[in-house]
Amino acid sequence: MIRVEPRPAPSRLWNALTPLLAVALTLAAGALMFAALGVGPGAALRTIFLDPLFDPRLAAFSRPQLLVKAAPLILIAIGLSLGFRAGIWNIGAEGQYLIGAVLGAAAGLALFPAESRLIFPLMVLCGLLGGLLWAMIPALLKAYARTNEILVSLLLVYVAENVVAWAALGPLRNPDGGGFPGSRQLSRWDAASNPELIAGTGAHWGVVAAMLAVVLAYALFARAKLGYDIRLAGEAPRAARFAGVSPPRLVILCFAVSGGLAGLAGIFEATGPSGQIGIDFGVGYGFTAIIVAFLGRLNPFGIVLAGLLMALTYIGGELAQMMVGIPLAAIQALQGMLLFFLLGVDVLSRYRVRLGRARPADVAAAPRAAEAAE
Amino acid sequence: MKTLLLAGAAALLPLATLAQSAGDDPLKVGFIYVGPVGDGGWTYEHDQGRLALEEALGDGVETTFVESVPEGADAERVIQQMALTGHDLIFTTSFGFMDATANVAEQFPDVTFEHATGYKRADNVGTYSARFYEGRAVIGHIAGHMTETGKIGYIASYPIPEVIRGINAAYLAASEVNPDVEFSVVWLYTWFDPAQEADAARALIEQGVDVIMQHTDSTAPMTAAEEAGIVAFGQASDMAAAGPTAQLTAIIDDWAPYYIRRAEEVRDGTWTSEDTWEGIAEGMVELAPFSDRIPEEVRASAQALADGIAAGEVHPFTGPIARQDGTPWLAEGETADDETLAGMNFYVEGIEGDIPD
Repeated sequence: MIRVEPRPAPSRLWNALTPLLAVALTLAAGALMFAALGVGPGAALRTIFLDPLFDPRLAAFSRPQLLVKAAPLILIAIGLSLGFRAGIWNIGAEGQYLIGAVLGAAAGLALFPAESRLIFPLMVLCGLLGGLLWAMIPALLKAYARTNEILVSLLLVYVAENVVAWAALGPLRNPDGGGFPGSRQLSRWDAASNPELIAGTGAHWGVVAAMLAVVLAYALFARAKLGYDIRLAGEAPRAARFAGVSPPRLVILCFAVSGGLAGLAGIFEATGPSGQIGIDFGVGYGFTAIIVAFLGRLNPFGIVLAGLLMALTYIGGELAQMMVGIPLAAIQALQGMLLFFLLGVDVLSRYRVRLGRARPADVAAAPRAAEAAE
Repeated sequence: MKTLLLAGAAALLPLATLAQSAGDDPLKVGFIYVGPVGDGGWTYEHDQGRLALEEALGDGVETTFVESVPEGADAERVIQQMALTGHDLIFTTSFGFMDATANVAEQFPDVTFEHATGYKRADNVGTYSARFYEGRAVIGHIAGHMTETGKIGYIASYPIPEVIRGINAAYLAASEVNPDVEFSVVWLYTWFDPAQEADAARALIEQGVDVIMQHTDSTAPMTAAEEAGIVAFGQASDMAAAGPTAQLTAIIDDWAPYYIRRAEEVRDGTWTSEDTWEGIAEGMVELAPFSDRIPEEVRASAQALADGIAAGEVHPFTGPIARQDGTPWLAEGETADDETLAGMNFYVEGIEGDIPD
C-alpha cells in the first residue's frame, strides 16, 4: 500500500531538487504536447531553450534580450518575496509598476527639453515613490482598517491601467505626435534615457538595480533582524507577535519595498526598452513576477534563475512561433506546465511517500509535526 | 600553420557557393500579428492574406508569423528576431507596432518592412492601410434605416484617428437617413479582449441600443448581439458564423492582393517605399453579403452608396460638416482631404460625448 505522509519538516534535499524535477517534467510533457501538435519535439524544445542562447545568428541578440526581459521580473519578484515570506500578499505589483512609470515619466517630461544629468536620477526617484505610494493604499488599509490586501492591491491594478491610458492620451501625450496617443520617446531624449550601459550586453540601469536588489535581499534574510522577523511572521505569526514584531509595521514595510521596487522597474522600462508611456505600457510584468517569485522559491538567487528561465521561454517561444510554427497557445501551455509541475512536485518536499502500513506512532506524530512546521 | 590556413580556406569555399545560391532561396516573408490568428476579425484577415501569398507564390515564398504580440517593447524584440532570422520582407500589422518597426528598420537596411495603418516611412519601410471609413459609411447608412430605438452602440478600441474617422463616417451616413440617431461610444483600450468586448456589447444593449458596430477584433460583440436578438455589423472579416441572424453585413479587409503584389516587388527588386491607402474601388475594403433582414430598398440604396464611393462620385466626408463644437469644418460640397482624415482627432457635430483625452 502506498501512503503519503506529511514530513516533520520540509525536506531540504527535495526542496532543492523539485525545481529541477519540475523542469524535467515540463520538458517531457512539452515534448508530448508538441508531438501531438505534429511538430518535431526535439526541434521545438531546441528552438525554445537552446537557440536563443547558442544559435550563431541569434545568440548575440537574444542573450542581452534575456537580461532586458528578466530584469523587471527579477526586480519586482525580489520585492514581492519579502511580503510573501511574511504571509503578506501584494498581488498588485503590476499597478505599482505602472504608477511608478507614469510618475517618473511625468517628472522628466515636465522638464523637457532640458538637458541635465539630474533629470534621469530624478525620474528614477519619482518612479520609486510612485510605486511606493500606490502600494501604501492597500498597505495602510490592511494595517489600520483590516481590509484584504489581496483584493485591494489587485483591484488597484485596473485603476492604474486607466491612469496610464489617461496619461498617455492627456497630460503626457506627445504634443508633436500628430494627435496620436503616447508620450514622447524618452529613450531618444538623452537626459531621460536609460541606455545599454555596455554595448551588446543589454544591461541597462534596471539590470544593475535588479542585481543590487538580489544582493541586498540575500543579506537581509541572511543577516538582518528584519529578515528574521519577516520569516518568523510568515512561519509562526503568533510567535512573531510575542517576539514584538508589529504586524501593521511589517505590512507597511513589505508593501513599501515591493511597491518601490515595482515602481523602479516601471521607470527603467519606460526610459529604456519600452522608451515611452503608451496606452499599452503594461504587459503584465507585475503578474508574471508573482510566478517568478514562487518558481524561485522566494530565494533571491532562485529568483534570478527563475526570472532568466521565464525570460527564456518568452524569447524562445517567439522564436519557436516564427521558426517552427508553434502556436502561441502551446507556448503559454508550456509556461503553465512549468508552474503546475513545480507546485505539483512540491508535495515531495512537504510529504513523503511510503510503502506499507502506517505505524501508529507515525500517524499520531505527523499532525503535530505538521503543525509545528507551520 | 600553413596547412591550417589552407584548411581554413577550403572550409570557406562551400560557404561562398552557398552565398551564391542564396538568390534561388524562396523569399522569406514574416508577419507580426497583434491578436491570435483565430480572432475571426482583424488578425484572421491578415493571416488569410498570408495564406493567399503562399498559394500565389508557391515554392517561391516561405511565410512565418508570430501572433498576439503586445504593442511595445516586446514588439521590437520580435521584429528584430525576424530580421535576424533571414526574413526578406516583414509585415507588422497593427498601428502600435509603428515605432518598433521604425527602430528595427533603421538597423536592418537590407530588410524590407511594411507597417499597417501607420505613418512613419523610411527607405525600407512602407505603410499601408485601407479606407475602412468607406465601409463605415455604408454600414452607417444601413444602421440609420434599421434602428428602431434610434440608439446605435459603437465599441471602439483606441482613440486614434483611424477609429475616430470610422465613428464620424458611420455617424454622418446614419444621421443623413435618420436625423434623430444617437451614437453611444464605448472605449475599451484594447484591440482584442473577447470578455471585455462582450461586456461592453451587453452594457450597450441594456441601455437600449438595438444596432451594434465595433472597431475591435473579436467576434464577441456579434455573439452578444445574436444572443440579445438585435443586429450588428461584422468588423474586418465576415462574422456571419458568430451571428448568423444578427449580422446585417460586415466590412471585410482583403489584404491578399496587396501582400502578393508587394512580395513580388521585393522578389523582383522593384519595391519602393510608398504609402498605400486603398478602399472599396481597389477591393481592399469589401462588404459581406447584405442580410435579408435589411429591407429591399435599403439594400439597394446601400449598394448604390458603395458603388458611388467606388466610382469616386460620393465621398463619405462631403460638406457641409461642422466639428462637434459647432465650428465649421467642410463647406457645402467640399470633401475632406486625406491629410485631415489621416490625423482626424475630433468628432463631427451631433455625436455626443468626448473623445477620451
